[in-house]
Amino acid sequence: MNVLFNRLFQAHDIATEGLFLKGHANTGNQDVAVIGTIDHAAIDIQLALKIADAILDVVRTDVGNPPRQIIFIADTQGQALTRHDELLGLNSYFAHIAQSVDLARRQGHLLLTLINGEAVSGGFLAYGMLADRICALPDAEVRVMDLRAMSRITKISLEKLEALAADSPVFAPGAENYWRMGGIHEIWSRTDNWAVRLSAALDNIADTDSRADIGLTREGRMLAAPIAQLVAGS
Amino acid sequence: MSSLSYFEASARMRLSSLVDADTFSEFCPPQMRRTSPHLARLDAPTAFDDGIIVGRAKLAGHKILIAAQEGRFNGGAVGEVHGAKLRGLLDKALTEQPAAVLLLVDSGGVRLHEANAGLIAISEIMRAVLRVQAAGIPVFALVGGSCGAFGGMGIVTRLCSEVVMSEQGRLSLSGPEVIETVKGVEEFDSRDRALVWRITGGKLRRTLGDATRLVDDHIPAFRSAAIELIKRYQSEPLVPATLATLLAAQAKLTERSAVFSAARDGREIWQARFANASIIPELTVDEFNRQLEVST
Repeated sequence: MNVLFNRLFQAHDIATEGLFLKGHANTGNQDVAVIGTIDHAAIDIQLALKIADAILDVVRTDVGNPPRQIIFIADTQGQALTRHDELLGLNSYFAHIAQSVDLARRQGHLLLTLINGEAVSGGFLAYGMLADRICALPDAEVRVMDLRAMSRITKISLEKLEALAADSPVFAPGAENYWRMGGIHEIWSRTDNWAVRLSAALDNIADTDSRADIGLTREGRMLAAPIAQLVAGS
Repeated sequence: MSSLSYFEASARMRLSSLVDADTFSEFCPPQMRRTSPHLARLDAPTAFDDGIIVGRAKLAGHKILIAAQEGRFNGGAVGEVHGAKLRGLLDKALTEQPAAVLLLVDSGGVRLHEANAGLIAISEIMRAVLRVQAAGIPVFALVGGSCGAFGGMGIVTRLCSEVVMSEQGRLSLSGPEVIETVKGVEEFDSRDRALVWRITGGKLRRTLGDATRLVDDHIPAFRSAAIELIKRYQSEPLVPATLATLLAAQAKLTERSAVFSAARDGREIWQARFANASIIPELTVDEFNRQLEVST
């Protein structure tokens, strides 16, 4: 992880604990808080509690001070799949993270997600997707489900799904597809200066949800914005 | 009474029986034929309302906005159009300032045929629900349909100010079938209906506090609960979450995971909470609610 942090930050003090990481860093012109998961973590109840605790800790620490920006480093294969986690209500733990993210936003913390590795389904929904700006590192894999599993469940042949995936971003895995649909704001390349890109991304953060409009502009999600507007204007 | 079973009813029947007679007006109605082009491309059946009804109505005279998902269409799953209608309704709440927004959730989560659009839509809905509540407008989730509230809609449900469930309602994240497929039948036997109910059902969720009301599987019972809640929020307006309330929630959820660190069956939760846990599944909703009150 240090290789990544060295490319992103002027200075950093970020500790990992199992599949969880948190700490702080300096981008050259500001201090930021860093929270995330590593090694394609399956987000279970314990990890969810750590993420929410870290977010609330940043909010608490910054009361009375300028709210720092929070950078989420997302690497998750999705939600943990166990009977224990379902029994205790993993959805409730994820909702608690979302409420903590929302509180941070309302307290003036700007939020940026960096997808480093995988961003899958419920694990991505839990916190990474709730940021104001979402950036994907090269090789980031973003999906709900791979096409093979999708074919099994929808009973649509794999050949057909693969053929349609070639020209539609709507169901096939891939950061590029999410970019076209407005779900990812930027994809960084291997040769970019990531510290420069991070600073530029932090400068471009707005705390409004404009993903549907972006999806329309990029022609990957043509209906979300107009239909939401149609209903909101009824 | 059975004719008004919430579980058995269609989304349109639930909605029209729940609100005051002749007060519902639909936004983006089926006549507009906003079907999913993504389902059509996969030769899958489409619906003129894309499986969700949204609009405004009155409830005991109070102005509300309301959405109802149709579990019989693609499992109530959220695609691009479906999700946009729900997000648009929540956006509308900010300008219309209803007494509450009611979400009649009946959904397995993201619609796989348009999985990426569905996932982003759920994230937009999550943010929109939080925005509406930050503006002081309560959002109520009603869960009692055949598809329950799973996947992203299980998260959305728990973001709501109140969760009204019936015994038959189910609320969770990953469906039992998904866990069985990935982890094996010994982890979760999805065909063991009693077990599934003890993990995800209304009585378990009410015991844990994830559901705030448990009502009979009867549309008028859901209506009464929603009216009571509206009246309560009229006299005690919703206060958006603060650092203090979320730290308290963090402590509660941490305690839950510590007390039940190895639990894998709802029986273990009932044993910790009730003197006579074995009878919990047999109790009527009224009896259960009384027991719950006594044990608190």
